[in-house]
Amino acid sequence: MPIEASDHDIIQGIVIGDNRTISRIYKLYYPAIARMIINNNGTEDEAKDIFQESVLVLYNKVTQKQFELSSKLSTFLYAVSRRLWLKQLTRKGSVANSSDISDYEDILQVEEDMDKHQENEAKFDKMNLALQELGEPCKTLLKDFYIKNLSMKDIQEKFGYTNTDNAKTQKYKCLQRLKKIYFNINI
Amino acid sequence: MSIMQRHEFIDWADQYLRGELPEDEAFAFESFCNQNPDFAELLEQHTSFLNQWKETENLNAFKKALAQESEKVEPISIKKSKIISNWNKLQINISVAAAVALISVFSSLWLTGYFSSLKKATTDYSALRREVNSVKRNVNEQNKAIQNINNKSTNDENTIHFGATGFMLTKDGYVVTNYHVVNGADSIQLQNSKGQTYKAQIIHSDREKDLAILYINDSNFKSLKSVPYTFKKSKSDLGEDIYTIGFPRDEAVYGQGYLSSNTGYAGDTIAYQISIPVNPGNSGGPVLDNQGNIIGIISGKQKGIDGAAFAIKTKELIETLNRIPADSLKGNIVLNNKNNLGNLSRTEQIKRLQEYVYIVKVY
Repeated sequence: MPIEASDHDIIQGIVIGDNRTISRIYKLYYPAIARMIINNNGTEDEAKDIFQESVLVLYNKVTQKQFELSSKLSTFLYAVSRRLWLKQLTRKGSVANSSDISDYEDILQVEEDMDKHQENEAKFDKMNLALQELGEPCKTLLKDFYIKNLSMKDIQEKFGYTNTDNAKTQKYKCLQRLKKIYFNINI
Repeated sequence: MSIMQRHEFIDWADQYLRGELPEDEAFAFESFCNQNPDFAELLEQHTSFLNQWKETENLNAFKKALAQESEKVEPISIKKSKIISNWNKLQINISVAAAVALISVFSSLWLTGYFSSLKKATTDYSALRREVNSVKRNVNEQNKAIQNINNKSTNDENTIHFGATGFMLTKDGYVVTNYHVVNGADSIQLQNSKGQTYKAQIIHSDREKDLAILYINDSNFKSLKSVPYTFKKSKSDLGEDIYTIGFPRDEAVYGQGYLSSNTGYAGDTIAYQISIPVNPGNSGGPVLDNQGNIIGIISGKQKGIDGAAFAIKTKELIETLNRIPADSLKGNIVLNNKNNLGNLSRTEQIKRLQEYVYIVKVY
């Protein structure tokens, strides 16, 4: 692996969910952002939270079908982190103490990406909530089939159904319930 | 096929989406969807729901990986806490070191007399010796700038440190000036109004009274006619008209004024306060009254106060002269007691006087 990862490599790594890429992201971008937050009344834990959220904003951006990054990754992450931290400070009501980061004009317009991220996050939350409400064994059954791509035969054996048709019926019922919960949730 | 149940269709669709169908059956599925818009819509809805779910799962996985990685990452806090813990550990050492440094600085300053000299330097009394070098340099630079002449300054000029005034006590070569003028001198030269220069040596110095007695120790020096002025030991009166001749420049400068107080700087009883405009270089100059009696020797002035110059009283000079050990003298100092100036006009007095007033050059 090359020592200097290009922005493109990292974006590819994020799209395919490569763990080494994540660790690289931390190495490359976390220190500067953490320093910015800690120097502005933040703690290490807060820095980590903010950083994670900005990486998620990035994730959301790069996993969209059409996306283009108009700046360097480091700049993007820094700008998003700064916005997020400022918001948090404002919420805490201590924005007066953070004049040194709020005084400057934004380097990048990241508001749009952050809003989109919020929107998507809501959808994902909805899905997670629906799955949680669905309960077992439906949740595992559906996950095994749709996410882990197990065969109906495997599922039949795993869950002890007498035949695959039974398993299929069960799968259908579970899916219908999940959809029903999902579309009825109002967040 | 038209009476196909929804659950059957979903199952079929799942197989299709997972690519489990053989080619011909996949084709059949696609054409079925084309013919049945209701089912096509159902398929659409089904796939978008599944995609949404898959994205959610991906994101969940990504978040989990991110959180795990975040557990591993700890450079910032570690570095910072290291510094803090080092600070805590070393705080005492650092404070001790700082204290030692402070103590040694101030004690060495005290031992070297920095504070006493500081006190002297910050007083508003200013001694009136002239720093020749800087004056010369300024003049030279100005000349250069104006005339663009490459001024060949001699080495002699460059080594002069101070200039002041002195005047003769006796015709045979005793001269008085201020102690602060000759203090620390390597050599002293006296230059008279005709430009003749004589070497001089310090016979006696009185730091307390700020007086120095010099002796012209030069074979070129010929005894003058006896000094025209006398020394007035008795107290002079306030308001008395007085004047002086000194060398704030390389030319003699006359200054006149009046005796303004019987005490000197900060109530100093050995001096008068006089109101004569004086400048650096006037130090050691004679202060005469109307009759041509020396009543004092200019020594300094008070900064920031107009017309407050100080002159050491003649009485103190006499006392100093009397205290000189006999063996350090080259013959007795016999002060003149015949005044030749009394009946002369001021300008005549000055003409006669000039010959006896010297520029004191200190190297």
